[in-house]
Amino acid sequence: MSTTATSPLPGTPQEPTEALELQATSAKPVTWKIPVLLGALGIVALVFFGLMAPNQAATFGISTGSDFFQLPALQINALAGGIVLSVLMLGLAAYSVYLKTKDRPTPAWVVVAFIVLFAAAFLVWVVGGARTPSISLAGLIAGSVTLAVPLVFGSLSGVLCERVGVVNIAIEGQLLGGAFTAAIVASITQNAFVGLLAAALAGALVSMVLALFSIKYLVNQIIVGVVLNVLVSGVTGFLFSTVMQEDSARFNSPPGLGIIDIPLLSSIPIIGPILFKQSLVGYLMYIAVAVVWVGLFKTKWGLRVRAVGEHPQAADTMGIKVNATRFWNVTLGGAIAGIGGSFFTLVAIDSFTKEISGGRGFIALAALIFGRWNPIGAFFAALLFGFADNLQSIVTIIGTPVPSQFMAMLPYVVTVLAVAGLVGKSRGPAASGIPYVKG
Amino acid sequence: MPEKHKHVADKPDNAQNANAPAEETAAVVSVDTAGGAMEPSAVPATAQSGQLPGGPDTLMRKIFTGSGMVSVLAVLLALIIGGLLIASTDERVSTTAGYLFARPTDFLGAVWNAATRSYIALFQGSVFNPRGNGLALQFAPLMETLTIATPLITAGLGVALAFRAGLFNIGGQGQIIMAGIVAAWVGFALDLPVGLHLLLVLVAGIIGGAVWGGLVGLIKARTGAHEVILTIMFNYIALYFLRYLLNTPAFQRPGESNPISPILDPTAVYPQILGTQYRLHLGFVLAIAATVLVWWLLNRSTVGFEFRAVGANPKAAQTAGINVSRSTILVMALAGGLAGMAGVAQVAGTEKVLTDGVAATYGFDAITVALLGRSTPWGTFAAGLLFGAFRAGAVQMQIQTGTPIDIVLVVQSLIVLFIAAPPLVRAVFGLNPRKKKSTPKKGSKTGSRETAQAAAGGAA
Repeated sequence: MSTTATSPLPGTPQEPTEALELQATSAKPVTWKIPVLLGALGIVALVFFGLMAPNQAATFGISTGSDFFQLPALQINALAGGIVLSVLMLGLAAYSVYLKTKDRPTPAWVVVAFIVLFAAAFLVWVVGGARTPSISLAGLIAGSVTLAVPLVFGSLSGVLCERVGVVNIAIEGQLLGGAFTAAIVASITQNAFVGLLAAALAGALVSMVLALFSIKYLVNQIIVGVVLNVLVSGVTGFLFSTVMQEDSARFNSPPGLGIIDIPLLSSIPIIGPILFKQSLVGYLMYIAVAVVWVGLFKTKWGLRVRAVGEHPQAADTMGIKVNATRFWNVTLGGAIAGIGGSFFTLVAIDSFTKEISGGRGFIALAALIFGRWNPIGAFFAALLFGFADNLQSIVTIIGTPVPSQFMAMLPYVVTVLAVAGLVGKSRGPAASGIPYVKG
Repeated sequence: MPEKHKHVADKPDNAQNANAPAEETAAVVSVDTAGGAMEPSAVPATAQSGQLPGGPDTLMRKIFTGSGMVSVLAVLLALIIGGLLIASTDERVSTTAGYLFARPTDFLGAVWNAATRSYIALFQGSVFNPRGNGLALQFAPLMETLTIATPLITAGLGVALAFRAGLFNIGGQGQIIMAGIVAAWVGFALDLPVGLHLLLVLVAGIIGGAVWGGLVGLIKARTGAHEVILTIMFNYIALYFLRYLLNTPAFQRPGESNPISPILDPTAVYPQILGTQYRLHLGFVLAIAATVLVWWLLNRSTVGFEFRAVGANPKAAQTAGINVSRSTILVMALAGGLAGMAGVAQVAGTEKVLTDGVAATYGFDAITVALLGRSTPWGTFAAGLLFGAFRAGAVQMQIQTGTPIDIVLVVQSLIVLFIAAPPLVRAVFGLNPRKKKSTPKKGSKTGSRETAQAAAGGAA
């Protein structure tokens, strides 16, 4: 998910060009940050998830009733499982330390494997200590993907905006605007597809305001973003109270987008429900991640976009219209976030309520940073946060010693750790947040 | 991140060029709204130097295009748009719209009525209610406005102070919560004599907020992580921490299943300064004191000068021997402390208990308050009063006319948007008399504008 190879030392000035996806590692010294962090987390895992784990078996159901073939449920002793997993983690940390002594950076796969192991150890520990130590792994993962859908769209919007040099704090507003518009338009037309389209337009509209104020009027982009969130919240809240609640049958009962079940493929255990049993918005999510990634990193358009985000003056010199590129990218990002917003009202719940996005725009922002401004990274980060979100509701049901509030806190704590340690300094596009004035 | 600065510095310097009407507007905007984005950025430089860049001008033009006028017009424009929004959902307006072309006056009258009715209710709910029985009751809404303005002012000062040091403190929400937790605990768990108890509540709250804010400053100074992301994350961490605490025996009221703390001891709450008929409490006086203190800090103290220097240009400040890391940590701690005062005003003033809604939306509103106040202490104070009036009046408005409170959010955010973009406001009101020519002066590249501003700010 994240390459840690290019993490610079604190205080190292970063040349704008270096933040491109080039692996310009040669000149940079390798820091102790990653090895130390991994080691510390490994020890925490060993003590808490390993040595202090209850000697109880945790059961993970893998198959659901509709699968082709039934796999037996996985039974893991929490104590033994915790110790094995944390020893593996410490092994990875030791490998990272070894690489550091050779002055080589920790490769990305080590960090990703570490995160996966940590999550697994945590899961075994939580479930092992629960009153009913049994959960359905398939359900957990499928639920995580569902909860991650709006996050992925939101973070893609952020990626598109920041890559072109505009900070997008307004993701929350774009999601909320999309959710509201999808609900009201789909209700009036009784057509969920029209609602989806309208959501994209609404998100784009919010984005256009962001683009207009930050590009034409050079207003601080963070200010516009923060204010837009309040504005959208106010407008949707106002219209919800005055229009939707007056006649909710007419204005707030959108037809939903159903789940499209691809026969046979959807019966594969675990990955079937994730990949082949989604709503239209869910499938669009996979397409959007792939398209944005290919677009940004494999096309001429993407190169131009990134050039504008990294060094607008150079891009301008090469004849790229900086501000126009910014405007349309930000607009496109808004449209994508708007589609994500429609997930709330057309798929998850079949009506709009005030503040339905519930701060997920900010989690999407976190996912984008944790995913290092890369569509695929953001996708996995969003999945991780969706997983934490889903786990939070599950631990409340199965009754574990961990208060659910701490589970809810997890994405935010992880993000703080990420921006402070793992992601390091100045990882974003160099010109992100800076208006471009020709001259 | 330091590199970002280069782009700003490389721009032609119009600010000091008296005869460059060409890009004057752009210069005003980019200085005012901190064209430099995240770094020196949010600090309205015009507020620092006390004059608009762009050189000498006629008095009339100054009056009509100056920042004060823009603020007034921005408020007006926001109110007009808000009024149109109210009218658009009004029943009589939609009925009359049916025969718009037959009798347009009916339609316009209905629009006017719908909007003004709501705004009159807003005014009556926030300043003066003529239907009140006696003068005391007639001015009760004003007292309510001041009560609600109290946390807005102090939290707004926290945001404004951070702005001036070039930091974007979105963490008012979390800082208020942390302060509320500590202050409330001292208030209901400890048993202390009158006076000392309240003092300790106040100090504990301020420290609680300061630690939470200072932590962000520390992480930023040490790792370079961006404070916007950190403060947003810290808001959520604080909120979930509060929710957790309210379910523990130490914080939950005995015999209560809802997440609510015991009521604070009578010795631990702010006295009501104008009698028990109003909710207005000592916190408002402290908010005035805090405003004076922040004014003194920014304009008269060395530390404040350092803050502003760092805000204007961190690199130049570093070169000049200012410890930027120390300034970052200190200013975030002070901002947290000020937001902490808002938390204390909530638990020891208006609410007298701790719930998970202790911060309401004061932390976020504080950002708009500081922006409207152009990050000056007294501007923030005035903006806090205005938004306090909106909040107080909105309740009355909803009861009287059925207009949802959310309209206040719309008007508030529009005000800030318009204030941040003076050319837009001037264009709407037709106040852009000068024609734009675009011939950027290549020769005037000095790159020292921020330094000049810092110096100007110091001299002001």
